[in-house]
Amino acid sequence: MTRQFLLDGQPVPFEDGQSILEAARQAGHYIPSLCWHKDFPAHGSCKLCIVKAAGRHVSACATPAREGWEVESNTPEMNGERRGLLQMLFVEGNHFCPSCEKSGNCELQALGYEYEMLSPRFRHFYPERPVDASHPDVLLDFNRCIFCELCVRASRDVDGKAVFALTGRGIDKHLVVNAESGRLADTDFSKDDLAAHICPVGVILHKGPGFAVPIGERDYDRESIRQKKLRDEEASS
Amino acid sequence: MHTQPPAALDSILHQHGHQPTELLQILIDAQALEGWLPAPTLTDIARALQLPRARVEGVAGFYSFLHTRPAGRYRVLFSDNITDRMLGNAELMDALCRKLWIEPGKLSEDGLVSIATTSCTGLCDQGPAMLVNGRAISQLTHRRINEIAELIRQQRPLDAWPTEYFHIDDNIRRRDTLLSLTMKPGEALAAAIARGRDGWLAEMQASNLRGRGGAGFATAVKWASARNAAGDTKVIVCNADEGEPGTFKDRVLLNSFADLVFEGMTLAAWAVGASEGFLYLRGEYQYLRPQLEAVLARRRAAQLLGADVLGQTGFDFDIRIHLGAGAYVCGEESALIESLEGKRGTPRIRPPFPVTHGYLGRPTVVNNVETLAKTCLIALHGGEAFAATGTAQSAGTKLLSISGDCAAPGIYEYPFGVSIARVLEDCGASDTQAVQVGGASGMCLAAYEFQRRIAYEDVPTAGAFMIFDGTRDLFEVARSFVHFFAHESCGFCTPCRVGTALLKGFMDKLADGHGAQADLADIDWLDRLLKNASHCGLGSAAPNPVIDTLQKFRPAYERRLVSLDFEPAFDLDAALAEARQLTTRDDPGAHLQTHEEDTP
Repeated sequence: MTRQFLLDGQPVPFEDGQSILEAARQAGHYIPSLCWHKDFPAHGSCKLCIVKAAGRHVSACATPAREGWEVESNTPEMNGERRGLLQMLFVEGNHFCPSCEKSGNCELQALGYEYEMLSPRFRHFYPERPVDASHPDVLLDFNRCIFCELCVRASRDVDGKAVFALTGRGIDKHLVVNAESGRLADTDFSKDDLAAHICPVGVILHKGPGFAVPIGERDYDRESIRQKKLRDEEASS
Repeated sequence: MHTQPPAALDSILHQHGHQPTELLQILIDAQALEGWLPAPTLTDIARALQLPRARVEGVAGFYSFLHTRPAGRYRVLFSDNITDRMLGNAELMDALCRKLWIEPGKLSEDGLVSIATTSCTGLCDQGPAMLVNGRAISQLTHRRINEIAELIRQQRPLDAWPTEYFHIDDNIRRRDTLLSLTMKPGEALAAAIARGRDGWLAEMQASNLRGRGGAGFATAVKWASARNAAGDTKVIVCNADEGEPGTFKDRVLLNSFADLVFEGMTLAAWAVGASEGFLYLRGEYQYLRPQLEAVLARRRAAQLLGADVLGQTGFDFDIRIHLGAGAYVCGEESALIESLEGKRGTPRIRPPFPVTHGYLGRPTVVNNVETLAKTCLIALHGGEAFAATGTAQSAGTKLLSISGDCAAPGIYEYPFGVSIARVLEDCGASDTQAVQVGGASGMCLAAYEFQRRIAYEDVPTAGAFMIFDGTRDLFEVARSFVHFFAHESCGFCTPCRVGTALLKGFMDKLADGHGAQADLADIDWLDRLLKNASHCGLGSAAPNPVIDTLQKFRPAYERRLVSLDFEPAFDLDAALAEARQLTTRDDPGAHLQTHEEDTP
């Protein structure tokens, strides 16, 4: 007998150990995320997947589904909190979408549209984060880092290199690379690493021809992040 | 081409067995060599431990007391709890900076000295306090500051400074069952062993002892879960990372009752079947380490630790001391375990809980210092006797760390159920406006609540009790706590990392005289998001001081508002000053008209 919980009133079946987020996506319901990736254990840092389960706020990616739970996700309250979290991520870094090579393929930008973020609301922090252009194939633009640690995890757990890590604390937390010089060129990073292709925003950019696909014809120009992620999910199952 | 690490670093690495779990301890020791951690040192350590260098850099950058930039041969950190501020720490720091010709937070040009602030050092009963190269000095006065400036200028080594500087008082003002207990080391342990593991755990269950760290989880339930969890090498951790602003009871327990604490850990090991123990000692208390090591050595010699404790075949248990390095978040038990493993102190996703998957994945019990000390009473006098004191839901006594506006700050032990008013009377407080119970993350109580009682079911607390009289500004109290949380956020989750920094910005905006009604609405909204969405207790507790004071002392906020609508955080016209200077213009056209009615 399959077990199920209710997501915004709709029954969602789940298997033992499956998280709320995984079960929901599998059943064709979108819960947003930035740090979650289907090939990695839940991270639970971005908090975009926040839902109310049995009255308590939890991360849908890190919370195993439970029989009979009533989960609120696509509600004005939860979407309002998500919009707030997105605004926080936008003011924390330096995000200049119109001039960014990742524009249209960026998950942060796409979620901004999805959750109708019309203003940054808060004061910008304008942190100083110099770019690293030392590597022949890849540019690191730390201004856009949202600390999802996907590059950290991919490099450490899949590429077996541990090229990236986080240092500092709190609002001063930042990404560093595995070299005394602090330069990506002095690491064993390669443009073929998984870590080179996993950034959901515009930190890890491949050098060479820019804007090969014109803005206006990119992933999230064609469809919303909700549609794309659900379609990806369907294709992979 | 790999060069050997310098001999001094090599010996540190050897001392720690080249274990990656010892990374934080190695970094602390390596920093003592030069006062900071130069980049090649991090590279050497990474290579020796076979860790990615980036991970070592990640850990070195996490802890406040580790420096990856030169910090001076004398590193002076003024404790900056609200109680230190009330005792004038800002003037003293200013005086020392002027005498030594340096700016706060910057290294002097000759590389001799740096002066900055640090979170509460647990000396609120004898502040203002400071740490010099990690060593605590309390009761600072202008005279003492003058002397310290002279000692630094003469480059006198710390060991040659007057010993009375480093004297720390216990200031025990009221003793109840725990603080008046005189027990021969091993007595409680012998009683528990005589009862057998099951019998001892049954006594613990009967005692209704709950965690003294504030959350109040039943200690026996925690022990039983770890005991029933799968895994051979079980671990007992004593959480002595007492970082909550205003709390200093563990300092006193470790200074004068260390045997009770270590015996409590051994009692836990007996119940759980653990073989490994750690005392996680906050970096601010590292001056206690030599005497604690001496107590451990004495207990080993008396067969109270080591193989076959008290002759019980198969009962092997020993305790190691692990130092923290300035990170409040490590008081959260899963962050503490990460730190014990030599990592950044980031709280884990729970479940699984430490009792099943803790230190290195082993079943781990993390208990507060006071909780463990209390278990000695239960072993000696039985669980029922313990449960008979305090209130129905809060058995036993509680140590309160009392500071702020009162005649006799210090440690007070009361049975649970004591009223705030009674405590205030006993410590000689008058004209009290508010009491912050439980530290920055606790509750701010106004005068109309002083009949409430210290107990898990009414006012729970880890022990901090800070008193503010009628002359104090509760907005500034809340603002100092907001700064504290922003500084101590680990930065893992979005709401806490950004939210605490934003909250700090709003409170500073109000303090700077740019506040508007709209800011109070934003503060309110941030408070709720932090509470709801944060990954751990730090983030969800961070708005507490603001929530309480906004509700109970709203005029303290409102008198700072300049507008009922919106007010920018900065002066628009003043922001153009640089442009005017560059263009050598100061005519009316070079100024912004900020008010519509001003335009002709």
